[in-house]
Amino acid sequence: MMPELGKYAGVVLSSYAVSIGLIAVLVGASILRARKVRAELERIEERIKRGD
Amino acid sequence: MSIWEYANPVKFIRTTDKILPWVSIAAVVCLVGGLVWGFFFTPADYRQGSTVKIFYLHVPSALMAINAWMMMLVASLIWIVRRHHVSALAARAAAPVGAVMTLIALATGALWGQPMWGTWWAWDPRLTSFLILFLFYLGYMALWSAIENDDTAADLTSILCLVGSVFALLSRYAVNFWNQGLHQGASMSLDAEENVADVFWYPALVCIAGFVLLFIALVFLRTQTEIRARRARALLARERAA
Repeated sequence: MMPELGKYAGVVLSSYAVSIGLIAVLVGASILRARKVRAELERIEERIKRGD
Repeated sequence: MSIWEYANPVKFIRTTDKILPWVSIAAVVCLVGGLVWGFFFTPADYRQGSTVKIFYLHVPSALMAINAWMMMLVASLIWIVRRHHVSALAARAAAPVGAVMTLIALATGALWGQPMWGTWWAWDPRLTSFLILFLFYLGYMALWSAIENDDTAADLTSILCLVGSVFALLSRYAVNFWNQGLHQGASMSLDAEENVADVFWYPALVCIAGFVLLFIALVFLRTQTEIRARRARALLARERAA
């Protein structure tokens, strides 16, 4: 299944690893911050609604 | 119906909430499909060998690095002219995505350059303008974080974005302006007489579609987050003032 990459296997695989890794970190960080900020806003709005 | 309706944060969040899952699914399908197609099912190039497979990451990321800044430029101009907060926050949301795209383009370019040019890096017009573009992305994000007042931050970062657009354009056209350096001209162009072979062209197009959709999905998600973060800051400030 693995294609024959020959003497360039190192640079080709590194390119894919670096790129996929960076994209995964970006997507993960974006989702985590989105959840955190959403929860924080809901908490503040709830507190204001209760009049605490 | 006018496009300016989407300058309303509630309307923006409501609309993008409906679109976001579909754009995200399409991005995953195109990215995985294009990269698997390019990596596993395309031959090695007769000159570049298997390093041609780096092309499926390098070209789309470089394209998005420049176009992300152009999107930020349009959003910044809308902020300067019409003072719509959503546009300023969309520009802020796009910056980290553009920075990562630029970093991927620089890293994959270096990894491709070592075996093909015999060097990881050269002070070539296109490479150098791309590095400066990356530094502009970092400066833009740092400026947003450094200023507490959202409107002042949006004003100053919009000006920085206008200045940085020169380098975004240079990184695209540097090869044409200065006919020197290691980097070749555009590998993919609709009007180029000699384009890459179809066997490389089609998977590359799918990868480009994947990167564009990923960018759109991330900008939607991150803009929603910036809108909510801004509202949270405003509510806290109002609470403190009361």
